[in-house]
Amino acid sequence: MLTAQWLYAMTGCLIVALGLRTALLHAVLLHRLIGVNVMGAGVFLMLIAVAYRGPGVAPDPVPHALVLTGIVVAVSATALVLALARRLTGEQDNG
Amino acid sequence: MIDAMSSLLIVSGLAFYLAGSIGLLRLPDLYSRLHALTKADNLGLGLLTAGLALHAQDLFVTLKLVLIWLAVLAASAASAHLIAQHARRREKQS
Amino acid sequence: MNTTAVHVLDILLIISLLSLAAAALLTSDARRSVILFMAFGLVLAVAWGRLHAPDVALAEAAIGAGLSGALLLAALREQPRRALSGDAKPVRERERERTSIDVTLQLTVTLLCVAVAALLVWALAEAFDRGPQDTLAQAVSETLAASGVSNPVTAILLNFRAYDTLLELAVLLTAVLGILALGPARPGYQAAGPVFDSLVRWLVPVLILTAGYLLWVGAHAPGGAFQAGATLAAAAVVLRLAGHRTAGLPAGQTLHLVIAAGVGMFLLVGLSLLVLGRPFLGYPPAWAGGLILLIESAAMLAIAATLVLAFLGGRPQPAAGLSGEKRQC
Repeated sequence: MLTAQWLYAMTGCLIVALGLRTALLHAVLLHRLIGVNVMGAGVFLMLIAVAYRGPGVAPDPVPHALVLTGIVVAVSATALVLALARRLTGEQDNG
Repeated sequence: MIDAMSSLLIVSGLAFYLAGSIGLLRLPDLYSRLHALTKADNLGLGLLTAGLALHAQDLFVTLKLVLIWLAVLAASAASAHLIAQHARRREKQS
Repeated sequence: MNTTAVHVLDILLIISLLSLAAAALLTSDARRSVILFMAFGLVLAVAWGRLHAPDVALAEAAIGAGLSGALLLAALREQPRRALSGDAKPVRERERERTSIDVTLQLTVTLLCVAVAALLVWALAEAFDRGPQDTLAQAVSETLAASGVSNPVTAILLNFRAYDTLLELAVLLTAVLGILALGPARPGYQAAGPVFDSLVRWLVPVLILTAGYLLWVGAHAPGGAFQAGATLAAAAVVLRLAGHRTAGLPAGQTLHLVIAAGVGMFLLVGLSLLVLGRPFLGYPPAWAGGLILLIESAAMLAIAATLVLAFLGGRPQPAAGLSGEKRQC
């Protein structure tokens, strides 16, 4: 059974794995942060693909609401990490 | 009739996009790449918008499409200017 | 299950998604990585449009691609050769050492990631085999009429699961308090030249208007407080880039009020309803539409202020720090 929905969900799995690998292995903080963000995007893609019900049919709105919340939480976490990193380099320069 | 005109406009718009993208990949320096990208894509988007507007149900949708085109036009013109200015300043510095 | 034929456009989108993600993650140039990540977010938004998720597509285009990218680029601008981006030489040397020493580690982690992907594929295959579970979706469509809005996503976020959105706004508030505690704002940008300035002059009002439109339209069409807040924040980011130091943020006490507005309005409405003998955040159907719009307006301001403060990196500095603004953009 090869449907577009299934292909998008598989793509989400692959993107999660790609992001996870960078988040775990990369030496540079910014790349790791982008890795975590890409991983999140993969999870969102899986959820949206699961919510799809075919053309002309209303999709399941519950995963949509979950993903919308997830996007906003992801950006606030990214912002906090960047602020922490900035303070950390500032401390290292002073000390 | 409307379908044929709309398809013609959209296909010719896509041709401009293709030209712009080839320019971005093949041209030698930043300035000519910017030139190819912004000019060709703005015209391409204009044709695409016109093609889609023929299919629009009401005037409001057409107005929204035109607004999108104008916004992209202004944004791409301004950002091309900023990128070129930045590159020029850096050339002068070095 | 409704099977859908695979369209050429879907294949192109999937190939673009995978190659952009791989390119963003595999390049060693931090700036290139951020820009590829933004492009990835935009293509992802198009894919979600294909999957009938326009609310999420709008949020991804504005927040996931736009503002996340702006945050990352602002962080890079401040410290081009520091820990964030990695000093070009030492990192490359360190990487070389790593590759020689940690080949086993790399291999193990890569295998682990492949295993995670395989597990996810298996779980999804199970889920797809069972067919769509529509009990929640049905509950939503049955009670939608009493929710005060006709967009089901807005109904879930602001009515059925209003608790979750309240807590989400509390997460945002926590993040912004952390950012404010960690230091002052980054130095500002040069004043814009004539071309950029004339763009700002009409783009910022249009963005503010669009934010208001998205907020209003969220009741019955794709849109809502999150997309509107992100659009408002984008207007402020443009102002900031054009050299406006405070990016249109209010000063002092007003700023604190705006940051807390989302959680505050939620609690105010919830507690007032408790006093009136209703459950916490259990709106009376007749008032639901108005109360949702009230909460969403406050939430939009709080979300926008949070995102802008994140972009600034902290509280805007007092005007005395003008000498710090002479940096190149």
